[in-house]
Amino acid sequence: MALSDPDYYDYLPAIDRPKITWPNGARLALWVVPNIEFYELLPPVGPVRKPWPRVQPDILAYSHADYGNRVGVWRLMDALDRCGVRASVSLSVALCEHHPEIIEACVARKWELFSHGVYNTRYVYGMDEAQERAMIRDCLDTVSRHTGQRVAGWLGPWLSNTERSLDLLAEAGVQYTCDLFHDDQPLPVKVRSGRLISIPYSIEVNDGPAYNRFFATPRQFGDMLRAQFDQLYLEGADSGQVMCIPVHTNLSATPNRLGALAGALEYITGHDKVWVTTGAEIAAWYYANHYDEVAAFLLKQAAGRAQIARP
Amino acid sequence: MTLPGEFLEYPHRKRGMDQTWYDWSSMFRRPPVRWPEGARVALWVVVPLQWFPLDMAASVPFMPAGGVDEPYPDFRNYTHRDYGNRVGIFRVIKVLERLGIRATAAVNAAVCERYPRLIEEVRAHGWEFIAHGLHMGRVHHAGLDKNDEAAMVSQTVATIRRATGQVVRGWLSPGCSESLHTLDLVAAQGIEYVCDWVNDEMPYAMRTAAGTTYSMPYGYDMSDTTLIGQFHYTADEFAEQVQDQFDLLYREAATQGGRVLSLTVHPWLIGQPHRIAALERALVHVTAHAGVWAATGSEILAAFRSQ
Repeated sequence: MALSDPDYYDYLPAIDRPKITWPNGARLALWVVPNIEFYELLPPVGPVRKPWPRVQPDILAYSHADYGNRVGVWRLMDALDRCGVRASVSLSVALCEHHPEIIEACVARKWELFSHGVYNTRYVYGMDEAQERAMIRDCLDTVSRHTGQRVAGWLGPWLSNTERSLDLLAEAGVQYTCDLFHDDQPLPVKVRSGRLISIPYSIEVNDGPAYNRFFATPRQFGDMLRAQFDQLYLEGADSGQVMCIPVHTNLSATPNRLGALAGALEYITGHDKVWVTTGAEIAAWYYANHYDEVAAFLLKQAAGRAQIARP
Repeated sequence: MTLPGEFLEYPHRKRGMDQTWYDWSSMFRRPPVRWPEGARVALWVVVPLQWFPLDMAASVPFMPAGGVDEPYPDFRNYTHRDYGNRVGIFRVIKVLERLGIRATAAVNAAVCERYPRLIEEVRAHGWEFIAHGLHMGRVHHAGLDKNDEAAMVSQTVATIRRATGQVVRGWLSPGCSESLHTLDLVAAQGIEYVCDWVNDEMPYAMRTAAGTTYSMPYGYDMSDTTLIGQFHYTADEFAEQVQDQFDLLYREAATQGGRVLSLTVHPWLIGQPHRIAALERALVHVTAHAGVWAATGSEILAAFRSQ
């Protein structure tokens, strides 16, 4: 039977929680997430979602995805280099096999590579537990085999999940998930074994929804990024915040759009008390400095609720 | 629930692409391209001349951009698209003529048959014609029988060659949609370049069963149907995108070699009275720069292939 609440986290109002601090008193942790993806021409068509909007082969959408790897990613690397941003890559891990040239360029920049599934045309919908566990293992092993990096983070392929995805990720040693959009700070996730935290990604200040669903102009997208930053920076004076900028190499790196992203990044990184960092570094800091305190706070809160609930 | 085994099998998971039509390469790791007279940016304006049949909903597996998609008989969309062939195109021709730009007309075979006066006028302005399928209700897709599709392609190309008197070297599929056979079929008809692939900003070679053809960098992303029709940008915002696109390409070309500004405008959309000035403004911005080479698809491809 379907769940009405995934029960991966407890309610924890923003006004009532332990204070988060970042290195050197930063108000805000900024991490930039390029989605570097591979879409297959003729993927198997699953029971829940068609991989392509039109009839397969959908060479228009397929080639548009490929633009990111032939053109966009290189322009994006240049723009991030200029702002001194080391990115955290949401990676279709099969790209390690298809385009090692891109992987080498990421590794040379000391970018973090985390898993975004095997392909963005393969969803976890409908997988049984053994299949999903094998797919997760495949992703972690592929990145480690090609780069030596241990994958710390996960964004579901096309943000697909099963009810047990987060449990299986924690079991496999993944440290953070990007699939929860419930908060602006990292938080512990209730998993059946091990530990997992959520780190704020964004489905709002994300060039995918901004351009393709809200039809923002590049200038409007740049303004969204600045406004998001201004507000979180203000609030970060009280408790450390996270701002993520998820981008897609076939969207934000087109000639007409690159300037909007680059301008916003220049504005944001021009402030002091901004910790320009990666997902793995945010996770490491959080586990070392905040996880235990917040987990204890949540336990105490849960115990309090249980007491109130007793007749 | 369990997925069939094929969902965890990846037969094409290896170096390069998962098909053999073209090789992967980074645009920034290729030898720089030189345009004639040292131009930095080749300006390639594509103007589709299209006929959207009133009953197209029954014959297409999905609607190409601009499809007549309200309940039958949808006069509003049919006539709005047809406006482009009657009125809008002549505004576009005037703007381009004033700026010395010869465009590339992607023409449906049905437009050749229905509107010979339009073809005559476009030809008189020295534009290049490329094939754009039979009409917008005949989409190329995987559900077609290969022989039927071959007949569609040969009929399209023959009709347009006859009507225009040109060689017709280029191909743009309706809706930028191809079956697994389309490239082979168009190459077999002597098509030298296709405009359906939006993965690059420069031309590149493609393999077909009938030899090499080229992909030209079609400006789907920058087209008026995408930015105005789908993204709901105003005409001014559209012009702003064209200028921004050009500015970055122009800067990049100073160190990276020649670039292509690929711009597709549909007469039924950009040719409306309230939008046409925005097109002119954008193109004035582009052509005011030194080192801009306004050329047709075949001219750009010829320059590319000569190096």
